[in-house]
Amino acid sequence: MRVVLAEDLYLLREGLVHLLQAHGFTVVAAVETGPELLRALVEERPDVSIVDVRLPPTFTDEGLQAALEARRRIPGLPVCVLSQHVEQLYARELLADGSGGVGYLLKDRVFDAAQFVDALRRVAAGGTAMDPEVIAKLLAGNARNEPLARLTPREREVLALMAEGRSNAAICQQLYLSESAVGKHVANIFTKLGLMPSDDDNRRVLAVLAYLNAQRS
Amino acid sequence: MDEKASTPRSGQNLANRPAVRLARWCGKVVSAIGNGLAMFALGIVQLPITAVVMLAVVLTYGFGLVFLFPPAILLSRRWLAIARRRAEAWSGVRIEDPYQPPPPPPVPQPDGWYREGRTLYRSPRFPAWSRRLNWLTKDPATWRDLVWLVLHPITGALIAVLPLLLIGYGAHLAVTGAWPVPLAGPVFAAAGLVAAPYVPRLYGLWTRALLGPTERARLARQVSHLARTRTEAVDAQAAELRRIERDLHDGAQARLVAMGMTLGAAERLVDTDPAAAKALIAKTREASADVLAELRRLVRGIYPPVLAERGLGDAVRALALDCPLKVTVEVDLPDRPPPPVEAAAYFAVSELLTNAARHSGAREVTIDIGRRGGDLRITVTDDGVGGADPARGSGLRGLERRIAAFDGVLAVHSPPGGPTVAVIEIPRVLPAGERPKATMPRRKVVLMGLCMGFSWLPLFPQGIVALIMKVIDAPRSWFLALYLPDPLSWITAIAFINLGVAMLVYGRYLAAEYERSKSSPACS
Repeated sequence: MRVVLAEDLYLLREGLVHLLQAHGFTVVAAVETGPELLRALVEERPDVSIVDVRLPPTFTDEGLQAALEARRRIPGLPVCVLSQHVEQLYARELLADGSGGVGYLLKDRVFDAAQFVDALRRVAAGGTAMDPEVIAKLLAGNARNEPLARLTPREREVLALMAEGRSNAAICQQLYLSESAVGKHVANIFTKLGLMPSDDDNRRVLAVLAYLNAQRS
Repeated sequence: MDEKASTPRSGQNLANRPAVRLARWCGKVVSAIGNGLAMFALGIVQLPITAVVMLAVVLTYGFGLVFLFPPAILLSRRWLAIARRRAEAWSGVRIEDPYQPPPPPPVPQPDGWYREGRTLYRSPRFPAWSRRLNWLTKDPATWRDLVWLVLHPITGALIAVLPLLLIGYGAHLAVTGAWPVPLAGPVFAAAGLVAAPYVPRLYGLWTRALLGPTERARLARQVSHLARTRTEAVDAQAAELRRIERDLHDGAQARLVAMGMTLGAAERLVDTDPAAAKALIAKTREASADVLAELRRLVRGIYPPVLAERGLGDAVRALALDCPLKVTVEVDLPDRPPPPVEAAAYFAVSELLTNAARHSGAREVTIDIGRRGGDLRITVTDDGVGGADPARGSGLRGLERRIAAFDGVLAVHSPPGGPTVAVIEIPRVLPAGERPKATMPRRKVVLMGLCMGFSWLPLFPQGIVALIMKVIDAPRSWFLALYLPDPLSWITAIAFINLGVAMLVYGRYLAAEYERSKSSPACS
């Protein structure tokens, strides 16, 4: 799997390159700045890219802007954005076009290589990988939302994991539930929130995220 | 009349109807004449006060009865405070107090004595008194007050009743004059009526010219204000740095030490008990995530990353998204203010949002970020129960102090029952759209020269001196007023004094404007 990597800190960049190579990825470009990143994304069209939000030369949100611009030019280009902090605002901007292939994670998540690589593969497959912290903020922001308040605690747990982009199988594993139990919870959630049920994991997640975002605007 | 405009459309139509405008104008004229009479009465009441104060001044400087001075000046100040407030209420011209702040009380030396100049005193009474005396005599406002006390009865008080005098004189001419003099009567009366609506402002400007602060006094005040806010800003910053240091010391640093020790233990165990070493390393990894989370929280409190990355507008939008209330954010800010201002504004909005969420019981909040000229203006409105008071809430006090470092002000309007509206205004932090004209037209410069150069002529020889000559019945000499028949000669002399004062005041006003226009292009 071909990867483009943008990170301005040398140590972290090298660390990520090693980690990715150890898990069978091919790093086709490891760049430092926003303009370089945009060029690499458009020319290489990688299977997935890892982008730091803050990059030289301005050290503002260069990386995010480059990623968004690349996705405007090549719709659905899989991008996984890493940052020292997560903002709902950025999550919304990444999700705004409604086509999946988006990840938004704290840099800490790299520590757990297995989970990080799993998230990358999900993004590469057109799914989503949202940081649990973003989801927690989204849910906290929706505290006064009527339909959400009707969910049982278990259903809320399932909803949070689903919003992060996990598949049913992953949710089973995480919560120690049977596949059929998770299926039932998911169906309940969709009924209570008034969403159209869907068999496609990715479309299902995007629907949930769109729902949570829409309630906040 | 504002009540009528409660339904905007019909109110507007009504306001433009000639009859309504006429009625409003009549109201203005009547109120100007009535209030003018009251002001004149105030000027008459002032006469005994003027006499007492001037007597005290003469006794102080002529006979050395210094102890009379402070009470007399304090009496005049007390009276002028009333005069100032009355003039302000009538004319709408803002007149600030011009006085310097009172001196601090004397502080004893380590040996218990009080030093004043080169002399030592056992009790603080004399040094305190002497400082007070100095404070009164060295303040130019004291002397300007005295000038006002003397001049006001024949200048300001007459301005106040000018319309009535004109009307009365017109009536007098119309009734008693021989033909064709009565024809001039209505002309005078009409002049009085036309002038009436402008009299309050004229009166206010005259009062401000002598009772308001001079440019120098204003600057002195500004300096002391700046010194105070700077001290507060520096203190707040030092406290902030101490807090960060403590947080780092007790948090991240301590945790890193613990992680180092755990790693050391894992290193020792790695050969003998690999399983235990592995567990220790896993624990270290978890600890490192905790450190990161803590640093993230700390960084957010110092300078929020989203503010650095996106600027004030998006940072406030991010705040709004994290807030449990329904928050609408409107941003109209083409330029970014300097980063410290952005940070202060951001934390101010954050504090207001927290307050709204915690105390007000609000459901919806509206934040409006915009500009007015070069000023940054932020309005936060919530539909909560109201009753917020900056004097009580420590959060609002801190917020005020924070923006005061940039001369910013916070205005909170929060009646019981709500809604609460908080307005933050930070002046001159954005490039202003329009600057005042840099140069003054030549015409005004010439006018300034004429006013300043010749104001003495009507004021002294033709005004005050002529008045004195009239009183002592001296020969006419070249005093114009003395050549006129009796009531007119008094009026002419007083009119000359007024003309002289008006020229002086207008000349000074133009001079101040000239100074400003010369210095304005330099500051941007």
